[in-house]
Order: sequence, then C-alpha cells, then structure tokens
Amino acid sequence: MQPRRQKRLAAVILVIALLTGAVAAMLYALQQNIDLFYTPSQLVEGLGKDKVKPVPGQRLRIGGMVVPGSVQRDPNSLKVSFDLVDTGPLVRVTYEGILPDLFREGQGIVAQGILVDATTIDASEVLAKHDEEYMPPEVAEAMKGIKHVPPSQQTTSEAPVKEGRY
Amino acid sequence: MIAEAGQLALTFAFALSLLLAIVPLYGSFTARQNMLLLAKPLAFGQFIFSLLAMAALVYAFRTNDFTVINVAQNSSSTLPWYYQITASFGSHEGSMLLWVLMLAGWTALVAQFSKALPLLLQGRILGILGLISAGFIAFSLFMSNPFARSLPFYPVEGRDLNPLLQDFGMIMHPPTLYMGYVGFAVAFAFALAALISGRFDSVWARWVRPWALSAWLFLTLGIMLGSWWAYNELGWGGWWFWDPVENASFMPWLAGTALIHSLAVTEKRGTFKSWTVLLALAAFALSLVGAFLVRSGVLVSVHSFATDPGRGLYLLAFLLVVVGGSLLLYGSRMNSVRSQARYQLFSREMLLWGNNIFLLTACLIVFLGTLFPLFHKELGLGSISIGEPFFNQMFYYLTIPFALLLGLGPWVRWKQQQVLPLVRPLGLVAVAALIVALGVLASMQSVQANLALLGMLLGAWVGISALAEVMLRARQFGSVSKGLTKLNASHYGMTVAHIGFAVLVIGVAMTKTYTIERDVRMQEGDTAEVAGYQFTLTDVYDLNGPNYGGQAAELDVRQNGNFVTHLHAEKRFYRIQRTVMTESAVHARLSRDLYVSLGEELPDNAWALRIQVKPFVRWVWLGGLLMALGALLALADKRYRRKITDPGVSHA
Repeated sequence: MQPRRQKRLAAVILVIALLTGAVAAMLYALQQNIDLFYTPSQLVEGLGKDKVKPVPGQRLRIGGMVVPGSVQRDPNSLKVSFDLVDTGPLVRVTYEGILPDLFREGQGIVAQGILVDATTIDASEVLAKHDEEYMPPEVAEAMKGIKHVPPSQQTTSEAPVKEGRY
Repeated sequence: MIAEAGQLALTFAFALSLLLAIVPLYGSFTARQNMLLLAKPLAFGQFIFSLLAMAALVYAFRTNDFTVINVAQNSSSTLPWYYQITASFGSHEGSMLLWVLMLAGWTALVAQFSKALPLLLQGRILGILGLISAGFIAFSLFMSNPFARSLPFYPVEGRDLNPLLQDFGMIMHPPTLYMGYVGFAVAFAFALAALISGRFDSVWARWVRPWALSAWLFLTLGIMLGSWWAYNELGWGGWWFWDPVENASFMPWLAGTALIHSLAVTEKRGTFKSWTVLLALAAFALSLVGAFLVRSGVLVSVHSFATDPGRGLYLLAFLLVVVGGSLLLYGSRMNSVRSQARYQLFSREMLLWGNNIFLLTACLIVFLGTLFPLFHKELGLGSISIGEPFFNQMFYYLTIPFALLLGLGPWVRWKQQQVLPLVRPLGLVAVAALIVALGVLASMQSVQANLALLGMLLGAWVGISALAEVMLRARQFGSVSKGLTKLNASHYGMTVAHIGFAVLVIGVAMTKTYTIERDVRMQEGDTAEVAGYQFTLTDVYDLNGPNYGGQAAELDVRQNGNFVTHLHAEKRFYRIQRTVMTESAVHARLSRDLYVSLGEELPDNAWALRIQVKPFVRWVWLGGLLMALGALLALADKRYRRKITDPGVSHA
C-alpha cells in the first residue's frame, strides 16, 4: 500500500477502535446507572403488561404524593419517614437528611433510593420542584382523572424581626 | 400604550428581518450591488427595533403594568427594581425576546465589523442571519407574545418573580449564556455563505475565528455563572447536576470548543475544511436543540418553562428546517472541496484531530444521556432516569486521554514531528508534574491512589506543560524576556485557556474527593464539628425582607479554638409565590469553601443544618474564568484586525 493510504487506514482503524470503546463503555455505564421509575401502585402491583415487580436491593425512583399526616420525624436525628400514594396502595419512604424546601404534605415528590422490602424504600435523595403547582409528569400521568389537592395553606412566619439586617 | 408600541417595534423588526433575509440574498445571486449594499442598514434597523421592543418590555415591568400577562405572572410591585428589570427576561416570553435581541445585536456587529469582507459574502452572511432572525421573531410574535394583555380583567398585583431567579447570578447568567448560544449563529452563517460560494480557504477561517471565539467566550462565562448561581442558590452545595438544561448548554460548548480548535488548523494549514464547516453547523444546531429541549417541555428539569406543545412543535420544525437545509447544502457542495496539505501521523494536525474526536465523543455521550430517557419512554419501556453516575463515569474515562494529549499538543509541530527531541523536555514536565501533585497532596497529608491524585497529576501535567511550552517558544526569539513580548496574543490565549482547563480538572477532582458533608440537628448553642472546623449555632431569628420573610441563622466557625469566620444563612419564604428558598452562607478561600445551608425547623427549637467543607471548589469556576480570559486574549490578536480587501467582489 502507498504510505498515504496506510496512514489513512491507520486513522480509520483508530477512529473505529475509539468509537467502539466509547460505545462499549457507555453501554456498560448505562446498564449500571439506569433507574426505573415507579409509582406506588406500580411498585406494589408490578410495572407494565408483565407486571414486573422490583426486587429488594434494586435502585429505583418513586414518585407520588406525600400522604397528609404520615410524616414522622425522629426526635434526636434527621431521620424522617413518610407515605407516598398515587391511586391505591401506600409505600413507605425512609430518609435521613434535609428535605427539600418544597417538601410538604400533599405535595408530589420524587425519591431515589433502594427498595428494602415490598413496600419500603430507603431514599438517598428526595426531590420536589420549586413550583407550588408542580407534580412530576410521571405522577400526573399515573393519576389522570384524580384531583390534585394543592398543598395546604402554610402559616407564614411574619413575626417582627429581632435583628435588623434587611 | 407602551406595550403596544413594543409589539409594533417587534413587528417592524420582523418585517426588517424578512427584508434582510430576502433582498441581499436575492441580490447576491443576481449580482446587484445596490441590493447587497442594503444588508447593512437593514441589519442595523432590525437591531434598533428589537432594542425598542425590549425597552418597552422593561418599561412595562418597571411601571408594574399588570395588564400585560407577562408582567402579572413574573413580577410584583414589591419586587426590588433590579429584579423587575431582570424579570423581563425571566419568563419564557421575555427570554425569547432577549434571544431575538441578542441575535439582532450579533447581526449588527457583523454588519459593523465586516468592512474587510467582500461585499458578496457580507450580503450572504447578513442575509442568512436575517433568515434565522425572522424565524425567531416570528416565534416570539405568534407563539409567545411577551406583550399580550389580559384586558379587561387584569390582576391588581403580580404573581412575583420566581424566587430562584432573585439572585445576582441570575441577572448575569441568561444574557451571557444567550450571547454564547446565539453567537454561534454567526459562525453558522459564515459557514453557509461559504458553502453557497464554494470558497474555503485560510482567509475564510481567519474571518470566522474571532466570531467563533467570542461566542465561545460568552458561552463559557454563561455556563460558569450558571454553575456558580446553582451553588449559591439551590442550597445543596453542588455546582453541576447533569440536569438536561445544563446538558443543553454543555453540548454546543463541546462542539464550539472543537470548532475553535479545528478553525486553527484551517487557518494555519488550509486543511480540515469540510470538518470545520460541519462543526460550525453543528455548534449552532446544538444551540437550537438546546432551545428546543428547554422550551418544549419534553424533558423534566428544574429549568423548564411552562410547557406548550405548539411552541415545541414550532421549534422542532424550525430546527429540522435549519439543520436539514444546511446539511443538504453541505452534502451537495462539500464533495468538491479538497484539502491539499499533507501531514504525518505524529503532527499537530493529528493531535488537534484527536482533540476533536474526544470533544465530539463527549458531546455524543451528553446527547445520548440526555435524550435516552425520552426515547425509552416514547418506546413504551417505562420512565427511567440517567443521572450523575453515568455522566461522571463517562467523563472520567474521557478526561484521562484528553488531558494527556492536551499536555502534548502545543509542543508538536505542524506537518511532522520527530519523537526524540520531545522526550527530554516532556520527561522533565512529567517529573515536575509528579513532584507537584505528590507535594500538594503530601501537604494535605493524604497521599492515596484516588481521584484526587489522578486529577492533580493530570492538572499539573497540562498546566506545567503549557507554561514550559511558552518558555520554550520565548527562548526561540533569543532571550526569554525578549521572546515573551514577541509571542502572539493568541499564543498566550491558548496557554491561559489550557491552564484554565488544568485548574478546572484539579478543582473537580479535589472537591469530588475531599468534600465533607454533614446534615446535623442543632439547637442554639450547639456545636458541630466537620473536617476540623467547629460550627456553633449562635442565633436563629425571623427575617423581614421586601418581598419575603423567613428565618436566618448565625454561626461562628472556629478551627482548633481560633475564630475563623462568622456565617449568616437564610431560609426565605417568598410571600406572593408562597415558596421557600435557601440562601446558603459561604466562606470562600482558594483552598476551601465553608458552606452552610439552613434546613427545616424541627421540634424542640432545633434546626436541621447542612454543613459542608469543600476543598478547591473555587478552582472549578476559576478554571472557567481562565478559559474565558484565554479566549479574550486570543481575540486581542493583531491579525484579526488586519484589513483584508479582495477586489473580485461583485460576481456571484
């Protein structure tokens, strides 16, 4: 082969090798990092036509409404637990840490975590969107036809200021 | 009245953009000089009327004209005046108008600073920019009118600006980011104009380079400001979340970075021509993809605006027309372009080509990672999420070879480089990098084989190599001090930008490895110890701001008993929007940030607090700033201001 062709061949092989490597690495990483999304009823009854239920230890995302009155706090730590619901069964979520600013009872949230048993999830992250009317689209879809109760009117803290910083 | 005047101004701008799109382009094919000459005044007119429209919108916001829906939904009379101004581009409608204004601004700049360009090319570039403007102004006018009124029933008070956007970072972030996004339209127009003429050479590359560089400069700054804003305002202490909208800005950045490197090859060596054109098309196409993703609401994100399928459809159609049309033109014209230059396997051309491959692979990863959940859902396979771990893992793999090549790149000559002469200097650089990396970690008493060591090694390799290369080049002029004054500004630009990348890599690796985060429950007087710092909660009291209430916490920080600083963290409750926002307290030093955010109130007068010690997190933004500074230096290079006149102009 002419040296120029050789060079071109080397370049093409290099590109193909790099691309194959990149795609392989990407598929591998994807396989490890995809988290399926469930609603509480899907979690309990199974997802899709085949009614596939997640197994304990699986990483997943769950989205639903926080059941009013279900939030329980541990008095000595930041441990908190609450129930999520969409159309039927309840799923318990446990979490340790600071809840997002917009976490309220009656509000739609998404939690990411690990399934502990059939109806309990140990969450590593709790997300609530910065919008009062917000409900995760997945939840909204699963709850079609069901009325979304807006978050209860929270009392504002408008007591006089002790220290005049503003 | 003023709002109607604004709408009228926008309509005039639309008419002018249509004229700008039609007249000069028609003139360029029929060889009518008077038509080509019209391009410049039309471009200025379009800019002036867009500016008037924006001014009218700002006026409506400042005067609390709640009959305008946009104002009523995004502002209030209690909002401070500076946020009333920024609220004008805080909504979907307003930000679209800002986008239009920026595009018109770039078009006017091109019209002003393209005297050196042949008239024919000038007319075509401005015509194509006019075409793009027409598309966006039509979108603003017909799909998202920022001046729409709600007469006769209008609210007496507005719904206030989203509290997330009430921050200094938010004043700066959108305009800078949009300048970057839209700036790539100029490179796009240059590429299309050249495709029409079928003329590509190093002169063309020299014309495009400053425009691509300035767009890249703004995009870099915009992304960096967004990251800084998220760090301060979201209260999690994170600076990059791989959120779909962040990814939407990151993709054109990656393509743009590839473009400015590829342009260097086209300018200096007259090769990589078709590749450069493709990148110029891709950078702007990805900006449009970003606009579509953000505004159509197909992706779930903290940024997404109110969703409207009609808007998404319009943008998708626009995107398809722009991308499809330009690719068609590219396919039909590009086979005639041949590069003459020859180069060997080990040459700067090949290394820059490697740079492009890595950047585009990164771009592809971000693209797939962002859109995969969408496809997955549309195919009926269920909703999924692809988060941080995926992107982090992929960028970990990519950064290592990329940084190794980057340290090597500037040393290698064009055309052909012998291996042997480089072994000694680069060996020395490698040894120096090893010593620096181990030295820094040893001084922190944590030499381990971890991400931080890898990041330090790569960063030191890139940084020291860039500095040593400047010294070497300077020495070629005789003495170092004489050489340093003789080097091109663009050479310094490259060096500074590469050092910026090194700083960024070090910052990311160090802060990822050594950040310590603790969520604690504290009462007044309690002390929590995090990473050798003692945080004492001294006081929690109620706040009373102009449009918010809430609580503030005061903390004293000591290290081994010595007073370090006082921190003031707030949890604001915005009354009108009824939302809670965290204003975190940050004490910043080059080597570490102390970061405290106030969480929710717990029983027994206790509070949840998130306390973080984040080493080297400033370096992440410092790296971005240095990259932008590098682009600025490169822009200052004399050769972009040399007058180039081409006598053979007026034939098509």
